[in-house]
Amino acid sequence: MANEIDKTLAAEEIAPVIEPGHTYASITDKISAIVLTRPTPRLWYLGFALSFLLVLLLLVSCTYLLVVGVGIWGINIPVAWGFAIVNFVWWIGIGHAGTLISAILLLMRQKWRQSINRFAEAMTLFAVMCAGLFPLLHLGRPWYFYWLFPYPSTMGVQPQFRSPLVWDVFAVSTYFTVSFLFWYVGLIPDLATLRDRARKRFPRFAYGMLAMGWRGSAIHWHRYETAYLLLAGLATPLVVSVHTVVSFDFTIGLVPGWHSTIFPPYFVAGAIYSGFAMVLTLAIPLRKMYGLEDFITLRHLKNMGEVMLATGMIVAYGYMMEGFTSWYSGNPFERYLMFARMRGPYHYMFWALLVFNVLIPQALWILRVRTSPLALFIIAICVNIGMWLERYVIVVVSLARDFLPSSWGMYSGTMWDYAVFTGTIGLFLTLMFVFVRLLPMISIFEMRGLLHDETEN
Amino acid sequence: MSDDPKGEIHSLDLAGLRKRLEGLAGERYWRGLEELAGNDAFEELLRKEFPQQTSAWANGLDRRDFLKLMGASLALAGLGGCGRAAPPDEKIVPYVKQPEGWVPGKPLFYATAFTHNGAATGLLVRSHEGRPVKIEGNPAHPDSLGATDAFAQASILTLYDPDRSQVVSSGGAISTWNAFFTALDGEIEGQRLNGGTGLRILTEHVISPTLADQLRSILARFPRAKWHQYEPAGRDSVRAGARLAFGEYVAPQYRFDAADVIVALDADFLSCGGASLRWAREFAARRRVRGGKGEMSRLYAIESTPTTTGSVADHRLPLRPSEISLFAGALAGRLGPSANEARKSPATGSAQWLEAVARDLQNHRGRSIVIAGDAAPPFVHASAHAINQALGNVGITISYTQPVEAEPVDGIESLRELVKDIEAGQVSVLMIIGGNPVFTAPADIRFDRLLSRVAFSVHLSLYDDETSASCRWHVPEAHYLEAWSDTRASNGTATIVQPLIAPLYGGKSAHELLSAVRGQPGRPGYEIVRDYWQRQSRGDFESFWRKSLHDGVIEGTAFAAKAVKAKPVSSPESQAGNSPATNKNAETRESLEIIFRPDPTIFDGRFANNGWLQELPKPLTKITWDNAVLVSPATAERLGLTPKIGTTGGERGRVFADMVELTYAGRKIRAPAWIAPGHADGAATVYLGYGRARAGRVGTGTGFNMYTLRTADAPWQSAGLVIQKTEAQYAIACTQYHHNMEGRDLVRSAALEEYRKHPDFARDKDHPAETLYPGFQYAGYAWGMAIDTSACIGCNACVIACQAENNIPVVGKTEVTRGREMHWLRIDRYYKGDPNNPETFHQPLPCMHCEQAPCEIVCPVGATTHSDEGLNEMTYNRCVGTRYCSNNCPYKVRRFNFLQYSDFETPSLKLLHNPNVTVRSRGVMEKCTYCVQRINAARIDAEKDDRRVRDGEIRTACQAACPAEAIVFGDINDRSSNVAKLKADSLNYGLLTELNTRPRTTYLATVRNPNPDLKKT
Amino acid sequence: MAGVKRNIVYGLMAEFATPEALVAAAERARAEGYRRIDAYSPFPIDGLAEAIGFHRNLLPLIVLIGGAVGCLGGFYLQYWVHVFDYPINVGGRPLNSWPMFIPVTFELTILVAALAAVFGLLALNGLPMPYHPVFNVERFELATRNRFFLCIESRDVKFDAEATRRFIEGLNPEGIYDVEN
Repeated sequence: MANEIDKTLAAEEIAPVIEPGHTYASITDKISAIVLTRPTPRLWYLGFALSFLLVLLLLVSCTYLLVVGVGIWGINIPVAWGFAIVNFVWWIGIGHAGTLISAILLLMRQKWRQSINRFAEAMTLFAVMCAGLFPLLHLGRPWYFYWLFPYPSTMGVQPQFRSPLVWDVFAVSTYFTVSFLFWYVGLIPDLATLRDRARKRFPRFAYGMLAMGWRGSAIHWHRYETAYLLLAGLATPLVVSVHTVVSFDFTIGLVPGWHSTIFPPYFVAGAIYSGFAMVLTLAIPLRKMYGLEDFITLRHLKNMGEVMLATGMIVAYGYMMEGFTSWYSGNPFERYLMFARMRGPYHYMFWALLVFNVLIPQALWILRVRTSPLALFIIAICVNIGMWLERYVIVVVSLARDFLPSSWGMYSGTMWDYAVFTGTIGLFLTLMFVFVRLLPMISIFEMRGLLHDETEN
Repeated sequence: MSDDPKGEIHSLDLAGLRKRLEGLAGERYWRGLEELAGNDAFEELLRKEFPQQTSAWANGLDRRDFLKLMGASLALAGLGGCGRAAPPDEKIVPYVKQPEGWVPGKPLFYATAFTHNGAATGLLVRSHEGRPVKIEGNPAHPDSLGATDAFAQASILTLYDPDRSQVVSSGGAISTWNAFFTALDGEIEGQRLNGGTGLRILTEHVISPTLADQLRSILARFPRAKWHQYEPAGRDSVRAGARLAFGEYVAPQYRFDAADVIVALDADFLSCGGASLRWAREFAARRRVRGGKGEMSRLYAIESTPTTTGSVADHRLPLRPSEISLFAGALAGRLGPSANEARKSPATGSAQWLEAVARDLQNHRGRSIVIAGDAAPPFVHASAHAINQALGNVGITISYTQPVEAEPVDGIESLRELVKDIEAGQVSVLMIIGGNPVFTAPADIRFDRLLSRVAFSVHLSLYDDETSASCRWHVPEAHYLEAWSDTRASNGTATIVQPLIAPLYGGKSAHELLSAVRGQPGRPGYEIVRDYWQRQSRGDFESFWRKSLHDGVIEGTAFAAKAVKAKPVSSPESQAGNSPATNKNAETRESLEIIFRPDPTIFDGRFANNGWLQELPKPLTKITWDNAVLVSPATAERLGLTPKIGTTGGERGRVFADMVELTYAGRKIRAPAWIAPGHADGAATVYLGYGRARAGRVGTGTGFNMYTLRTADAPWQSAGLVIQKTEAQYAIACTQYHHNMEGRDLVRSAALEEYRKHPDFARDKDHPAETLYPGFQYAGYAWGMAIDTSACIGCNACVIACQAENNIPVVGKTEVTRGREMHWLRIDRYYKGDPNNPETFHQPLPCMHCEQAPCEIVCPVGATTHSDEGLNEMTYNRCVGTRYCSNNCPYKVRRFNFLQYSDFETPSLKLLHNPNVTVRSRGVMEKCTYCVQRINAARIDAEKDDRRVRDGEIRTACQAACPAEAIVFGDINDRSSNVAKLKADSLNYGLLTELNTRPRTTYLATVRNPNPDLKKT
Repeated sequence: MAGVKRNIVYGLMAEFATPEALVAAAERARAEGYRRIDAYSPFPIDGLAEAIGFHRNLLPLIVLIGGAVGCLGGFYLQYWVHVFDYPINVGGRPLNSWPMFIPVTFELTILVAALAAVFGLLALNGLPMPYHPVFNVERFELATRNRFFLCIESRDVKFDAEATRRFIEGLNPEGIYDVEN
């Protein structure tokens, strides 16, 4: 531990975002070996098996859901949205870190991003996939989900574009598409690398096809960088817009506790917050599992910790302002709702979320904590839980205590709610495991470039 | 988690089960079903039979609930008859002048009548292609005036109930009518020889002239035979009270529109009792104040159990039954000429009341009514009569006529007599016409045991129920919509009950059965009834008959007023059951008074298998599917009751009530206790009718059978109840548990004085409605609704009317506990002030049809949009079920089909559906449409003769049913329309207008008329 | 024309160990008058493209057009649906309630622009192109590892098997290879 700290303090000065002693060759070989030659660690099999079991659970519960109907969940009138929407927002939030790291940090020329952006992007994709499941499943008649898309319909009717749910459809699908393109474009040169490293015939062929015949021509590189930069420039406002639109699901509604202008900014902050938490949650075990401490250094962990701290503070401010405005507005419904959050039947959730999201992360002020993988890992987990609770409080408590006391009701998830939720976690992990097994989880060519820049100065 | 669905598949030996099913003969078979329901194999069989329900099934709606979902698995019963939706063979006459036969798609209305609780409600029944589908009130009928109550509305579901008895059965085995008639003939022959010594006929209180005539002729033919009448919720004490006061039984006829001051002594006259619909109408007529002017009548309610009447009273005094007797006596002492001036004044606290009420009555001599309730002890009735006489009300607000009962007798006495004879072994032939004595007889009369001593017992009833089970023969009765009969309104006006459909299950009417006793088996009811009236009428019978059928009332059959003189009433000490003396004996530290009442929704248990009524929230407690023991908050505290709210459903759905053990008159029963604000301290109310053992798939096993505590000597109230809290808790499905308005001005109210000072007190709170967008203009019609909260008595008629009109499914107790009931129209009930005697408010909530509907903008597929007449419309087949609209509806009037609730399977229930309303399937949102089908029908008619729809031409189902005319619907663009006028009134306000939803449904604030010199205590 | 060149080599390829060497070589080759040259590297190198004389980059323009199409198309889609195709009163809002159309417009702007960027990139680079002569060079696979290559194509008017080889040798590369066609 101690020498770890020294390392970091050193890191503060000379800031090696890549441990010394590496050459283009070593980087290339080390990272591509994970996919091509090195034996798959036993941990991988274990993890994959477990998460795949959860995927099966997901399949079972989805089948049952489609056969019986959403009535198997705990939702009711007045609380007609429950786990499904909570999970949707939670997953989407997690999905934000990837694009943020790759796009915004790229524009900011943050070199340290380069060893984590690849799997952060992958994480984004998988998180958005999980998120996308929920709006689909929570429909009363899921088989008609496509009615939310504009298409030449024989009924001659089209989506109702004033509805935030339609905005969601566009925002999320756009976000997924762009993130995917961004990720894939980033992969092309590395796929070429794998093509050239692969010794067996099939991988050679497969990677070759995916690499589309990339050969690293100078002109290609030139256009490539422009394209990448432009994509980053497009993705940046997109990231911000997506969670803003998601927050519109609530702010456009007039339910007390939803109808608030503070939502968009603090939803975005919250998204980044939870996103980085998830990146840490994944990065820390991964670098251990594959011995990538050289590429994902303590410097990275420390920086991510700092981003979490910052966004966490924004989120905390959001909570504060929510409380303040509901009091200051003098709106009896808003006021009562705030009271209900703190003292009502769900108060434990509210206080728990404050502990997880605001209190515990304060530990990040301490350097020792920011540079201890274990501590960071635990805090990241806490934040993940906290963010889920936040969405729960927003969705459920607000609905449970709206305008007419006569229709106040309560909600709690049934076992099927939990089944679907854990199922999607399984899906997420499964995809993650498959990804680290088949694709370079660190951008090789960018590491080479990084090394080049490092050696220049 | 209690919600966890149980999906496990049970192992099954289908073959074995089939064998078992075949092994069961019909009657046995039905009982077999109930048993079979108990085992997994049966579940499995059902799964096979009904893949569609399998889902709902596996979802862990508990098995019984699922069976309750209105006749699932019916086909198992091998029901053939329900296809036979044919008109009766005889000619029946449509209400409206129309060519004979049907215009396809055009409904016909037929006049008939529904007899309930000792009087008839005149009806117009809407029939589509020969299927009676919806019940409306008959404006020409004195006890309806166009309105109906929840029972009448729901009776049509009983008609189609797949659980109704469908076969003649003898000793549990399927038999035939012929076999039965042969057997009966044999017995009757035997009786003819000895003049009918062993022949007994037990009916409910008979008000049908024809039936009475038949019975009399039977008695003439069998001089030694006896005719007994018994009803558990009969009006014995009304009769006894009249006898006590006048020496004979006369029926009081009240005119509430002529009364300035009304004192209700334990009388829920607005929702119980023969003429309650008319009374509610007359009462409401005197409660309407408009434009800051107008007079109101004043209602004092002295009652033990909170009732709808008490909830709209200007002053309400909760007293224990014994105290009510004292109060009545004291009041009579103040006002009456009675000989008991010197009676000790009643319980402290009510003394001030007594003064105030007495003074108020004095000031309104001849313009007041003192009314005692059906369940109030005879002494209270007698006192009321005496007071009315003393105040000179008789002839003005009250008149007395002969009773509607053909043979007014004391039911319990009559039953006792029968029991004595049976015990003496004198009864060999017992014919039970209707009723369910085995279930409803007082606990100290073990009627089921006695029946076994009767050699030949017959039970004619709609259901194969508890009584049928212990009778030799059970014969299915024809529903009143299936059979010819006649009946009387509370003022004597007679109505011919004409059938709208041939008996679905081959039942026969009481008339047809009795004519068999007179040796004319198989004589059609039509002839019997027609024959009777032929004898009554003078002049051209055909036109008389036709006119009577057409109008639904028979002219000149109302009774004339009788002059009667009230005698001084003796002291209450002489009254059995509720005398303070007995109280003292029974008075121990924790001893309470027990109050028996018929259940507000399933009455004495006869509607137990009616899903609509089971799921109908009780007027004040909002409990569904159960009965609970009502106690006051103070008493509850003393008993240490601590109800808890479930985590799903919560305030709307699942409430865990403490189970308590009631010990009374040496009998014990466990039941959940419910805290009822405004209940009298030191007393507990139990509702009769639940806990049926053989009600059918819907009713069996719901609630707790309180008849097991009821004794013959104290049918309605008595002292000596001991309540012990147990550790157990019981989940009650309650649709509104949170009854505090939280300081939000949802129901706005003022006292008459205050209202006169500033008439727009309700308006003050309205908010400006600015908007960035230009609003839509509604050029043509603009439909709107105004609901008068001072008129609404919370009687629930509108809720059931809505359910019947709009094919609203029943979801069962489990789903209600999950907060998923489907009623499009609900009645919110709020309390204000002291929980021990709060002010109560009713607020019916249909869809508000907001002009700027929050639900519409958030629908991603445009499934809910606005019509250019201002209706907020649901397009079911476009709905994908995001439920966003419900979240965004501040009034929470939207309902969602979380599962497949509508029954697409049961053949007989298909007949029930209103063909003009879509039957919704799983996964779509639904809500009040302002009965758009009625609007369209009227618009089509109007367009055909090229005119605008006239005001009042369209009446929504809720509006049509409302006895108090609290709901008014119409075109608000038409300045002269009733609704437009109401909306212009100063009392008119919109709910949550600060949200700028611009609701089309608005409310008229509540105005009450408290007595200035009676400070609220 | 292509037919004529079929059996001739595609070009000559030189291998270098460092990016700097490659850039230098590329500049020399261009100075020498070669135009049909290309350089290959495992990662983007500043100035390399300019060194081999690449200046005009169309991509930004394509993306701009894509964005414009997405923006206008997106708004018009909604306007058309609610004003022309199926005008109906929804929540009392005007048919063209444009403020509520902004989110979708924005998302479509981004979407189309992004698609334009990626497909523009592929199109301009002529990808996918699974086969290319340079892959015939044994050591070329190091171009995706740690080696840097310069290729003078035979299509170049100035290309002459002997002279060009001599010129390349003058760049003292790690190795020189014929690129088979």
